[in-house]
Amino acid sequence: MNLAFSWDWLPRLLQGLGLTVELTALSMAMGAFLGLVLAVLRVYAHGLLYPLYLLASGYVHLFRGTPLLVQVMTFYFALPSVGVRLSPFVAGLSALTLNTAAYQAEYFRGAIQSVRAGQMQAALALGFSRLQAIRYVVLPQALRLVIPPWSNELIYMVKGSAVVYLIGVLELMGQAKNIAARTFRNFEVYLVVAMFYLALIFVLTLALRWVERRTRVPGLGVPGRA
Amino acid sequence: MSLTHWLRVWSYFPVLLQGLCVNLSLLGGLLGVGFLLGVILAILEVYGPRPLRILAFGYSWVFRSIPEILLLLLMWFGPARFGLEISPFLAAVIALGLRSSAYQAEIFRGALQSIPVGQMLAARALGLSRPGAVIYVLLPQALRLSLAGWGNEFAVVLKDTTLAYAIGVVEVMRQARYIGSREFPLILPAYLVVALLFLAATYAGLFAIGYAEKKLRIPGLEARR
Amino acid sequence: MLLRVEELHKRYGKEEVLKGVSFSLDKGETKVIIGPSGTGKSTLLRCINRLTEPDRGRIWLEDVEITGPRVNINRIRAQIGFVFQDFNLFTHLTALDNVRLGLIKVKGLSKKEATERAMAELARVGLADKARAYPAELSGGQQQRVSIARALAMDPKLILFDEPTSALDPELIGEVLAVMEELAQSGMTMLVVTHEMGFARSMADEIIFMEKGVIVEQGPPEQLFRTPKHPRTAEFLRRISDLYGGDQ
Repeated sequence: MNLAFSWDWLPRLLQGLGLTVELTALSMAMGAFLGLVLAVLRVYAHGLLYPLYLLASGYVHLFRGTPLLVQVMTFYFALPSVGVRLSPFVAGLSALTLNTAAYQAEYFRGAIQSVRAGQMQAALALGFSRLQAIRYVVLPQALRLVIPPWSNELIYMVKGSAVVYLIGVLELMGQAKNIAARTFRNFEVYLVVAMFYLALIFVLTLALRWVERRTRVPGLGVPGRA
Repeated sequence: MSLTHWLRVWSYFPVLLQGLCVNLSLLGGLLGVGFLLGVILAILEVYGPRPLRILAFGYSWVFRSIPEILLLLLMWFGPARFGLEISPFLAAVIALGLRSSAYQAEIFRGALQSIPVGQMLAARALGLSRPGAVIYVLLPQALRLSLAGWGNEFAVVLKDTTLAYAIGVVEVMRQARYIGSREFPLILPAYLVVALLFLAATYAGLFAIGYAEKKLRIPGLEARR
Repeated sequence: MLLRVEELHKRYGKEEVLKGVSFSLDKGETKVIIGPSGTGKSTLLRCINRLTEPDRGRIWLEDVEITGPRVNINRIRAQIGFVFQDFNLFTHLTALDNVRLGLIKVKGLSKKEATERAMAELARVGLADKARAYPAELSGGQQQRVSIARALAMDPKLILFDEPTSALDPELIGEVLAVMEELAQSGMTMLVVTHEMGFARSMADEIIFMEKGVIVEQGPPEQLFRTPKHPRTAEFLRRISDLYGGDQ
């Protein structure tokens, strides 16, 4: 029963933490952009644009219905078999981005659909084009409504990004694995890493609550109001 | 990725299916562990004395904040560190089960709290004890109300079972990897088949839960949510 | 002639909501459309700025055919104000921004010009002091006045009012009607769907009585209220006065 920790691990783990934050931030940001496009297509692409609706829906179902690990491994281990060679970082980041885009698309879609139809009507009646109405009236409201589910997704992605250590990305888990392999102190190293994640997610949770408070608008997203 | 590769990967289909069965038994185990602990946690969080409530809350927070794959490693290396050898499969069931219990507790807690106070009052008025009221009156309603949320959790943990790959459980991802290392061109079709298997399993499961929801519908129960 | 509507038809599934409606509106005129609920009055208004697409029929705003093939409907809508029954103020914007948004994004005004214009319109409806308030912080009556200011700011050729007081508590109806009366007197062209017979009687140049998708009768208020030509008009007016206790 002798647990042994070492301060020597700290620099490497901090370096890994930096990469974890980078992976999460980049995939969330790019995923938000892609997710927003997918959501708008799923809500507004009718008529001639219907094929785009189908494409967006198929994408969302595919990426939400399959494990993140399958996506990560496909990008890194399988794509070379058809001549596409990606570095561990690029493969990991791509898979994480495409994965979170599908989930974020669903959150955006829910938020867009919970903006009342009258808002679009009022904008059109003023002479806005459909695109302008989406841009200036529907999306600003939807983006505020999406903050709570989006916060959950961010936390999910902080955790989800850990799987890319399996393809050799040296984020927090990857660094931990290397240290563990050198020191044979698997349990201790992973315990320390767990503390890192607890701290990171604690800070993020507080920050997101602050953002939610700051962007609150009276009457928007308050439960029980029409 | 030509047609011949697709045809060849078909010969490996039984192996992949066998791998998926490991994932599914893992799923069964972890959902069971998660359900039992989740119900207990939810009851503690809603009806328990204050110190226990805080403890349950802390538990939830820890198991919701640590990455699933890290929980697996901790559960794999932890017992070994103290001289207790457990199989990777068992480690995975426990690790993922603990994580799921935190999420399932959240679902059951929400459902318990959505039940009107009058139900508890009526049960107590009949002479049921507080635990009796929870077990015989509130919990049955809460579980029925939890089905939709539970469907979500099912879809999440089904996919999470692939993470057991990391501690060496020979599940479907490992099988796909084996196929790839034997015949490299088959790796992409193999992963795609795995993806399709998960799509099928996810939708089959969600369909079954939807069916159960319809079968177990109680008039007026969800109307007031 | 400012607005001309010819033989408008609209059907939802099996139900024909508009069965060939024709009328016209001169500059500076106020016309009020009355009639039982569900007879296509709101659909008619929405067809005029094509928030609802009519199935058949033609509409002109001055010499531009709104229902024409290559018309830029956004430009037309910017010239036709619309006031909704449930206000539809933009939830995420203050009163000032609600009035300003169209000026900036549709009319291309600078922020400064738009602000001045918007403040003037808010003052006109008596709400300059509420410029910074969000819709949820305003009473229903105040919200509807902001939405009138929002329509006015675009400098429309006419304003369509779709039951502007129906969603309001009785004690808030007066303030909205007062704003509308002032507008009518100032020479604004208005087409109003309402159940407020008092307003119809005192402010309308002409009343249109609609039932089951057709215009049954139209005429000046005094004539229509005192000596309705059609038995259905008389029947409707009697039911309304039973309901609301006569002249209100």
